[in-house]
Amino acid sequence: MAKILNIVETAYRGTLEEQDDTVLWLTHMLKNAGADISVLLRANAVNYAVKGQDASGLQFGDAKMTHPPEIDKDVEKMIEKGVSIYIVEEDAQERGLTDDDLLRGLRRIRRQGIPQLIDEHEQVWHW
Amino acid sequence: MASGKTITVAIMDAPYESANSTTALRIVQSALQKGHNVTVFAYEGAVNLTMKAQAPHPNPVKGTNVEQEAHPTTKDWVSSLFKLAKDKGAKLDWVNCGLCVDERGAGDWVEGPRRGGPKDFLDASNASNATLVIPTK
Repeated sequence: MAKILNIVETAYRGTLEEQDDTVLWLTHMLKNAGADISVLLRANAVNYAVKGQDASGLQFGDAKMTHPPEIDKDVEKMIEKGVSIYIVEEDAQERGLTDDDLLRGLRRIRRQGIPQLIDEHEQVWHW
Repeated sequence: MASGKTITVAIMDAPYESANSTTALRIVQSALQKGHNVTVFAYEGAVNLTMKAQAPHPNPVKGTNVEQEAHPTTKDWVSSLFKLAKDKGAKLDWVNCGLCVDERGAGDWVEGPRRGGPKDFLDASNASNATLVIPTK
């Protein structure tokens, strides 16, 4: 079984319509199917690791969204399942995110450490 | 002549929205022409690439009718790729993500693709010589 690294760069891509991030959802499904898979959050996707996100309240006419996405909880669940979630420290800092803003259990990595992380995986998928 | 090698390509973009779709199909074509087997995992909007109901249209800006415009459709391109695979003795396994199909009502597609899910993508990736993902940005 190949070690897979899913690099997520594009954030909030249809998350309201999907009630999920499509790549995190796919990662979760692949983990459930037995994949040896990790996630690297970079660029705007570092925001997926911010605690307390609330996307509730969307309504068009009488149509209410009753199950909004809970991306932070999705990330937490993956950590609980043993998926390593890496986050690029500089990308978080550039967006004003501090340790207090972020979930517990993340693996912080500097940009200069990314090549080594890539070397540690047989498959690298950049989304 | 079949090479015995396989690549897997995951695509996400809906047709007629970005150059990603054409690029992906070009890669698939190039691989098939070399006799490589190809697995395509069509995820999210990419499941619309194979919808049977796609139809060419005229171009009122240019004043061309349907025949003159000869507007291409991605479902015809995909059908041609299946024919190319057959001619080359290679296998094209096109998997449309079932849940993505359901939420888009995109279940009526041309001959060739099959319904599947993330597990098919994982299995194909593990069995392939290389995997490429082309996401929506």
